Amino acid sequence: MGRYIIRRLVQAIPVLLGATLLVYAVVFALPGDPVEVLAGDKRMDPHITAVLRERYHLDDPFLLQYWHYLTGLFHGDLGVTVSGGSVSDILAGRFQVTANLAMTALVMEAVAGVGLGLYAALRHGRAQDSLVLAATLVLISIPPLVTGFVLQLLLGVRLKQAGIDLFPVAGLAEGWRGYLLPGLVLAGTSIAYLTRLTRTSLVETLRADYIRTAIAKGLPRRRVVGRHALRNALIPLVTYLGADFGTLMGGAVITETVFNLPGIGQQLFTSVSLREQPVVVGVVTLLVLVYVLANLVVDLLYAVLDPRIRYE
Amino acid sequence: MWRSSTAERDGRVPGGEALLTVDGLRVEFATRQGVVRAVNGVSYRIDPGETLAVLGESGSGKSVTAHAIMGLLDTPTVRVPAGEIRFHGTDLLGLREDDRARIRGRRIAMVFQDALSALNPVFTVGAQIGEMFRVHEGLSRREAERRAVELMDRVRIPAAAQRMYDYPHQFSGGMRQRIMIAMAIALGPELLIADEPTTALDVTVQAQIMDLLAELRRESGMAMILITHDLGVVADSADRIVVMYGGRVVESAPVHEVYQAPAHPYTRGLLESIPRLARKGRALPAIEGTPPDPLAMPTGCSFHPRCSYRQDNCVTDAPPRYRIGPTRDSACHYWREVLDGSHG
Repeated sequence: MGRYIIRRLVQAIPVLLGATLLVYAVVFALPGDPVEVLAGDKRMDPHITAVLRERYHLDDPFLLQYWHYLTGLFHGDLGVTVSGGSVSDILAGRFQVTANLAMTALVMEAVAGVGLGLYAALRHGRAQDSLVLAATLVLISIPPLVTGFVLQLLLGVRLKQAGIDLFPVAGLAEGWRGYLLPGLVLAGTSIAYLTRLTRTSLVETLRADYIRTAIAKGLPRRRVVGRHALRNALIPLVTYLGADFGTLMGGAVITETVFNLPGIGQQLFTSVSLREQPVVVGVVTLLVLVYVLANLVVDLLYAVLDPRIRYE
Repeated sequence: MWRSSTAERDGRVPGGEALLTVDGLRVEFATRQGVVRAVNGVSYRIDPGETLAVLGESGSGKSVTAHAIMGLLDTPTVRVPAGEIRFHGTDLLGLREDDRARIRGRRIAMVFQDALSALNPVFTVGAQIGEMFRVHEGLSRREAERRAVELMDRVRIPAAAQRMYDYPHQFSGGMRQRIMIAMAIALGPELLIADEPTTALDVTVQAQIMDLLAELRRESGMAMILITHDLGVVADSADRIVVMYGGRVVESAPVHEVYQAPAHPYTRGLLESIPRLARKGRALPAIEGTPPDPLAMPTGCSFHPRCSYRQDNCVTDAPPRYRIGPTRDSACHYWREVLDGSHG
């Protein structure tokens, strides 16, 4: 098991290199110059410009610049922006906000998705089942940008006007409650997919031979479903949830902008417009790392849930 | 001649209480193509301590009948339009689900064909056997584990105390079937239904499993319904035999009478297709034709398209079960001819 984890982590290194190189190249190819953006409308002293260009290796060839970045990265240094801020400092607090948001969304997804999926599966072929399926289809079809604004209006503004002040419209001024609405919006589509996956998984599991055995053993239905079927039906759901955590972190860009949350998604949005190359690459590097780790955790959980899978 | 041997071997008291009777059972499956009458008026009985072999090819309705006895047909696509299944005189089909669950597993247990798929892959075998005691008898985990080990010893699983913590996929096919059997006999059922318990196994292992079942039956005195398509398995282990074809019983008789002289052309065909040393070198006779299409059962006797005794009335009139001995019947209009031909 230990060797397996180490091997997986080693395998992550080329993935990280490839992803950073790709993003570095894309940002490098973008038109616009960070020093010019820094100056804004004013004209900058050519001498200062030259010093800045020199300090940030802006005139070096692409690969050399990337090399400078990489060496810094392996020293735990994500670099500095042209305005002088350390990327690590900029991202530290913001990463926490995005992680909180993604976790909120993940919990909502798991509870609502698995719950609705089980409900539909246990009423397989009946009206409630069809209703759930239709609802998930609607949810999948609406982009999160729309659900974001609609929920902001309905739950954030109208509900407050009705006297129930539960969901802040935006920002984190009111503490953890600020995560509720954006979490729900972020989880929306995933809830729909997970509901469908849960339903299919349980319906299929309930047809298995060992379920017939469990019934023949004279076990009560809640034990047949809640223990024998559920333990098996959960296995594919864990994979989906784990892989989805990375997607949720990445998907936070739009949600954080709509709900004005100071996370890495919002920062990414700002940094792309400011041509802050080190920040953009830093965010992507972090996201890739989260993705790789989430998938590793999923694979390890798999072995716990399914005894037939063993890692050497 | 066969009449006298019946009374001796069968030993059943006329009018004695049957353990289980299936009476006029019909089971229908709704499919896209139409309604399949999987079981079409099946009746048989089994007495306490008796072993009844139910013989037939796939699709004959033998397993569906067993599932109906166990109450495993509770899905929206299945209908039981007629029939009774009486256990100690009580009609199981009329019972409420929770009353049925009290009989299931405890008094009537079942062993399935493919033990790998019939055991839950994510629980240890000890937990799956012990569950019988935990759920039905409310025993503690520790006590249930102890009983599980006892049972595993009883079905001869080596090193049971350690192996109870293993998962089904870590056992061989024969060992897995032993685990299924251990689970089924856990609460000392009066009736064990074994649905092709050896079909998925190697020939040598098949014999071991049949021996184990015979031994457990001798020790506990439980009755057994042995569902099989293998006549070779039947001869040594069963008291009586019920032959099914196309969702109906075509012949019912004490085993030795059937082996001496079958009274239905289908049974006869089955017996002739068993390989025998004396016939070595010659082609093995097979029953001509193919099993009937469940969606389009032949009229009259459903075996008539494949039957060499066929007359005109076989195509139009479904034969009743003619009583041809004290505990024997045959659903063939020409059973006398079949019987005589068998003797000759």
